[in-house]
Amino acid sequence: MKLTEIKEILNADVITGDSHLGDEFEEVCSADLMSDVLAFATPGTILLTGLTNVQSVITAHVAEVGAVVYIRGKRPDEDAIKLAMQKNLPLLASPLTMFEACGRLYKQGLKSGSSTAK
Amino acid sequence: MEDGVLFFQEFSIMGKDFSNAGSVSTEIKSILKEIGFDPVIVRRAAIAAYEAEMNVVMYADRGVVRLRVTPDKISIELEDEGQGIEDIELAMQEGYSTATPEMREMGFGAGMGLPNIKRNSDHFEITSQPGRGTKLNIVIKAR
Ligand SMILES: Nc1ncnc2c1ncn2[C@@H]1O[C@H](COP(=O)(O)OP(=O)(O)O)[C@@H](O)[C@H]1O
Ligand SMILES: [Mg+2]
Repeated sequence: MKLTEIKEILNADVITGDSHLGDEFEEVCSADLMSDVLAFATPGTILLTGLTNVQSVITAHVAEVGAVVYIRGKRPDEDAIKLAMQKNLPLLASPLTMFEACGRLYKQGLKSGSSTAK
Repeated sequence: MEDGVLFFQEFSIMGKDFSNAGSVSTEIKSILKEIGFDPVIVRRAAIAAYEAEMNVVMYADRGVVRLRVTPDKISIELEDEGQGIEDIELAMQEGYSTATPEMREMGFGAGMGLPNIKRNSDHFEITSQPGRGTKLNIVIKAR
């Protein structure tokens, strides 16, 4: 599914990374714990998170997450946005709760971007 | 430079410097990508380096990271000065953490760092002198 469709489903705004709206995604993971993302996220997944500090962007970059969506109307910190621009990582913000955001994407056929411990 | 070393760089990390936490691993990732390593290997090295860097920031006073690349392997050595680890076997257990609520708010402190570093390494060694500091040796084979 294209990022632009995911944006619509989640009523989200693009904070940075408009040029990625045509990128295709199949997987989503949700976490507030960055160690979980580093341990279990699959490369290329979308990350839904409520963590808005710069570590959310560093983690996404390091783990090769394809896009980050901040939930519950939260906005990432300035330094997080700056780093995302540098690393060419799209950031979106959705007013939905984590439950609602995950549920909508699941219903639309997106798969889990989180593997259990190897 | 030793024989066969394609790249060597030393970085420093300041303990409690949360605003720069992760910058060394981000740089290591760019360097390895630039050298042309397989993306899977770059990702494993970057993940291991980042968890290890966060541990120095969270639990130590200061540390150095030595990145050494040879044709066969990536070696990331971290040496810190700080409280050290009393019981390494306990620290290696998934879920064991002495992180503070502030660290948890940053998304770390689930006790998954060390086990995940080990999982991403082909060779992993940790030694510590309580009250003095901790050393990690992370090796990832080039193919
Ligand atoms: N460099 C270090 N210096 C001192 N203690 C450390 C260091 N790295 C890890 N530890 C100790 O080992 C525990 C487990 O580390 P880790 O697996 O990374 O989990 P977490 O950082 O989430 O607590 C930490 O909570 C801390 O007590
Ligand atoms: Mg840790």
